[in-house]
Amino acid sequence: MTEIIVAEPVAVFTGVGKSFVAGKRRVEALRGVSARLRAGCVTGLIGPDGAGKTTLMRLLAGLLKPDAGEIHVLGQDVIGEPLRVQQSLGYMPQRFGLYEDLSVQENLDLYADLQCVAHAARPERYAELMHMTGLAPFTHRLAGQLSGGMKQKLGLACALVRSPKLLLLDEPTAGVDPVSRRELWEIVYRQVEQAGMSVLFSTAYLDEAERCDDLLLLHQGQLLGQGKPAEFSSRMQGRIFNVSNGSESRRRLQQQLVQQESVLDALIQGEAVRLVMHEGRSPQGEVWAKGLKIEQAAPRFEDAFVAMLGGVGAIAPEAVHAAATVTAKNGPVIEVADLSRNFGEFQAVKSIGFHVERGEVFGLLGANGAGKSTTFRMLCGLLPASSGSLTVAGMNLRDAPASARSRIGYMSQRFSLYGTLSVLENLRFFSSVYGLSGKGRRARIDWAFERFDLHDIADTASDDLSLGYKQRLAMAAALLHEPDILFLDEPTSGVDPLARREFWQRINLLAEQGVTVLVTTHFMEEAEYCDRLVIMAEGSILASGTPQAIKQTAAATGEKVATMEDAFIALIQREAA
Amino acid sequence: MISGMRMRGLMRKEFLQIWRDPSSIAIAFVLPVLLLFIFGYGVSLDAKHVPIALVVEQQDAATASFTGAFRKLDYFAPLPFANMRDAEEAMREGEVEAILHLKSDFGRTIFQPGGAPAQLIVNGVNANTARLISGYATGVWATWLQQYAALNARSFNVPVMVQSRVWFNSELKSRNYLVPGLIAVIMTLIGALLTALVVSREWERGTMESLMATPVSMSEILLGKIIPYFLLGTGGMLLSVAMAVWLFGVPLHGSFFLLFGVASLFLLVALGMGLLISTVAKNQFVASQIALVVTFLPAFLLSGFIFEIASMPQVVQFITHIIPARYFVALLHTLFMAGNIWSVIVPNTLALAIMALFFMGLVWRISRKRLD
Repeated sequence: MTEIIVAEPVAVFTGVGKSFVAGKRRVEALRGVSARLRAGCVTGLIGPDGAGKTTLMRLLAGLLKPDAGEIHVLGQDVIGEPLRVQQSLGYMPQRFGLYEDLSVQENLDLYADLQCVAHAARPERYAELMHMTGLAPFTHRLAGQLSGGMKQKLGLACALVRSPKLLLLDEPTAGVDPVSRRELWEIVYRQVEQAGMSVLFSTAYLDEAERCDDLLLLHQGQLLGQGKPAEFSSRMQGRIFNVSNGSESRRRLQQQLVQQESVLDALIQGEAVRLVMHEGRSPQGEVWAKGLKIEQAAPRFEDAFVAMLGGVGAIAPEAVHAAATVTAKNGPVIEVADLSRNFGEFQAVKSIGFHVERGEVFGLLGANGAGKSTTFRMLCGLLPASSGSLTVAGMNLRDAPASARSRIGYMSQRFSLYGTLSVLENLRFFSSVYGLSGKGRRARIDWAFERFDLHDIADTASDDLSLGYKQRLAMAAALLHEPDILFLDEPTSGVDPLARREFWQRINLLAEQGVTVLVTTHFMEEAEYCDRLVIMAEGSILASGTPQAIKQTAAATGEKVATMEDAFIALIQREAA
Repeated sequence: MISGMRMRGLMRKEFLQIWRDPSSIAIAFVLPVLLLFIFGYGVSLDAKHVPIALVVEQQDAATASFTGAFRKLDYFAPLPFANMRDAEEAMREGEVEAILHLKSDFGRTIFQPGGAPAQLIVNGVNANTARLISGYATGVWATWLQQYAALNARSFNVPVMVQSRVWFNSELKSRNYLVPGLIAVIMTLIGALLTALVVSREWERGTMESLMATPVSMSEILLGKIIPYFLLGTGGMLLSVAMAVWLFGVPLHGSFFLLFGVASLFLLVALGMGLLISTVAKNQFVASQIALVVTFLPAFLLSGFIFEIASMPQVVQFITHIIPARYFVALLHTLFMAGNIWSVIVPNTLALAIMALFFMGLVWRISRKRLD
C-alpha cells in the first residue's frame, strides 16, 4: 500500500475540555483532549458509552462551544466561524435526524436546499446516492416507514448530498443489522476512495475498529491513544491464546480461567475460551493449564482495548444460592409453538417455535425490529399473542396467578428503575413489590448489596449512576425474589465492553446454579456465550441450535463463516435468495 | 445572510409536515372551527325563555296588560301561580328563576301618588343570569309604564324616568362579542401552542441537531418557522372572521384592513411567545404545558374575552396588562361592534407592537445555533 502524504490534518483540537451540568452533578465530558485527524481516511472514534464521543462530534460540527482549548476544522476556527465549517461538513447525529413524516425524496430535497446544491447538479447526485444506498425503489416512501438500516442509509445520503470534505458519523451502526452495517461501511469507504473524503466514524462495536485506518480511543473523556488498529493489537502479540478441553463445558472452563491471577480476560469463543494474559505471562507452565489444549492466537483490537482499561475482575461463585435448591426436573421450562403477533397489518412475529431447558442460557439474536422484544413481551405475559401457544414453567403467564409470576424475574431494556429513588430505596421498593418482608427482605437486600457490590452507591439516586451500575442494580432487583427463570431484554445495550463481560460472568454463575436465563441481544458475539439460541429476522426464526450448530448451518450456504456475524449475514442472504 | 433556496426548502418542509401531521391539522383547523361552533351556537350568556312565576293576587285590566308585556318578549316564559307559597316552592326546586308578585291593590294604586308596588324575587345562584333577569324585568316594567300611561292619557307621578338604550350591540347578543373575542384565542392556539409544539418536536426527534449542522443560519431557522405559522395563523383569522360575519351574523363595523393589521401584529406576539417557550422547553410535553398555562389560559380567562376585566379584583386586573390577548380582544370588540375608534385602537395597537418587538427580539437574542 502506498502511503499518501497528507500535509494538512483535516481537524486539529488542542486541549479541548467540555463539561455539562446533569441534575446536580457536573459531568466532565472531555478533559484536555488533543489530537489531529488525518485527511483522506476513516478515523474511528472508539470508546464505551459516556466516553465523550458524541460531545467530540458535536464540537467538531460547531454545535457546542468548548470550555477550554481550540478546535480547527478544515483550517477554520469552528468556535468563531461555525457556518463556514458547516458548508464543507456532513454530519449525521446518533438519532437519524431525519424528518420521518417526509418521504425519502423530500428529505433529500431539504438537505440539498440547505446545502445550496444547484438544481442542475441534483438529478445526477440523487441517482448516485440512491443507487449507492439501494434506496432507489423507495424514494416516495416516508422516512418513518423505513427499516432501521435503511433510515441510517438515508441519513448518510442526506449528509453526503453535497459531497462534504469532512464527514462526521456518530454511531451510525448502533443497533443496525449486520448486513446494513457492512453496507454502510462500504458506502463510507467508497466516499473516501472516490471523493477523497475524510471521515470520523464513532462506534461502540469494537470489532468495527479494525475497519478504520486510524483510531482515537476515548475513555471517560480522555484520549487513551491514537494509532492504526494494528499498532494497538500488535502490542498484545504473544498474550492471546485459545484454550479448550474436550470434556468440560466452555462456560465452566471460562469461569475457572478468569479466576487465575495471570489471566487478564477470558471469553468464550466458539468451542474454545480466548485468553488475554497479563503482560509477560503465558499459560504454558501454569498449573491450571495442564491437560488443556492451548493455541496461540492473533491479537485483535478488542484485546488491546480491554488491556488498556485494566481488564475485569473475576466474580467469585456463591457458596449456596437458594435457586439452586430448585429440584432439577428435566424437560423444557419454556415452550413456544406457532406463535404470532400482529400489529394491524404488520406481522411482528411470524409463527415461531422453540423450547428452553432448565438451567440453559438461551439467546434471542437479531437486529432492532427483528421481533425479539415482541416475542419477549409475549413470553412475560405483557402482550397477548395473536395466535399460537406458549408456556413458561408449565403455564401461560398471561392468565397465570401472581404466585406463578413470582417465579420469573424480568429486566427490561431501559432497566425500569425509579430514577429519583436511591439504590437502597429501589431495592426496598422492588422487594416489597415481590412480596418480601421482614427478615427475608432484609436478608435479600443485604445479599444484593454484597453480591453486586453496591455498598458505595447505596444512597445515590439511580438516575445519577453510570449505565454499568444501572444494569447491575436492575439485575439485582430482578433477582431479589430468587426467581428460577430470568428474562433479560437487551441487558447489555449501550453498556461498555468491560461491564458487559462482568454481566455475562454473572449470567453464567446463575445458570450454573440452575436458573434458566432467556436473553435478547443484538451483539452478535454475545451469541457465543449462550448454550443455544435462535436467530430472528423480520419476525421469523432463521436458525436455531447451539452457536456451533448455527455456524455449521450457515457454512452450508458456501460462505466463509468464522464468527457469529458471518453466520448471521450468510443466513440472511440465504433467506433473501 | 439569508438564502432563498434554504428558506424555500425549510418552508416547504414545514408545510408538508403540517399537512401530514394529524395533530397540527387538529390544532390549526379542527379546534378553531369547533371553538367557533361552541361559542357561536352553544354557549350563550343571554337570558332567553327564562321561566318566571307570576303571582297575581287580583286580576284586572292593569295586571293583564302588565303580564301581557312579559309574555310578549322572548326573554321570559311566564308561568302563573295561584299564591306565593307555590311560587316560592317552584323557585326552590329550580322550576322558575324569578317570581313577579303583583299585590291585590296593583290596579287600584297604580295612578296614585307613590305608585303601585310590584315585587320581583330573583334566584341569585347564577349571579350573571340573575343580573340579566332583573335588568330585563326593570326594562319591561319601564316600557310598559310609559305605554300604559299613554294609552290611558294619564301621567305618572314619577320624579325620574330612566330611558335606557343599548349601544354597539343593540340586540344584546352575547355571540356578538364572544365570536370576535374567540379570534384572539384561536390565534394564540396556532401562534403559540402549535409553534411551541413543532419546534420542541424538532429538538425531541433530533432533527434540530442535523439541521444545525448544515450551513443554515439561526435567522433562517427562525424565519422558516415564523413564516409558515404566520400564514397558518392568518388563515385561521380569515376563517374566523368569515364565519363570524357570514355564519353567525356578527356585524363588522370597523375596517377589515385595520382588523387584518392588528391581527397580524398579535400573531407576531403569539409566535414570539411560542418560539420562546420552545427554546426553554425542548420536549413536546413540557412545551405544551407551558404554552397552555402561559398563553392559552390567559387568552381565555384574563383577556376580557368572556369575563369583564373591570369587574376583576385589582390584582388580577393589574396582571391582565401583561397578557397580550387583552389588547387584542379590546381591539376586536371595538372593530367589530363599534367601528374605527382611534382612541381605543391607537393605545392597544401600540401595546401589541411593543410586545411583538419584545418577544421577537428576545427570541433572536437567545436563540443560538448550538446545543448547549
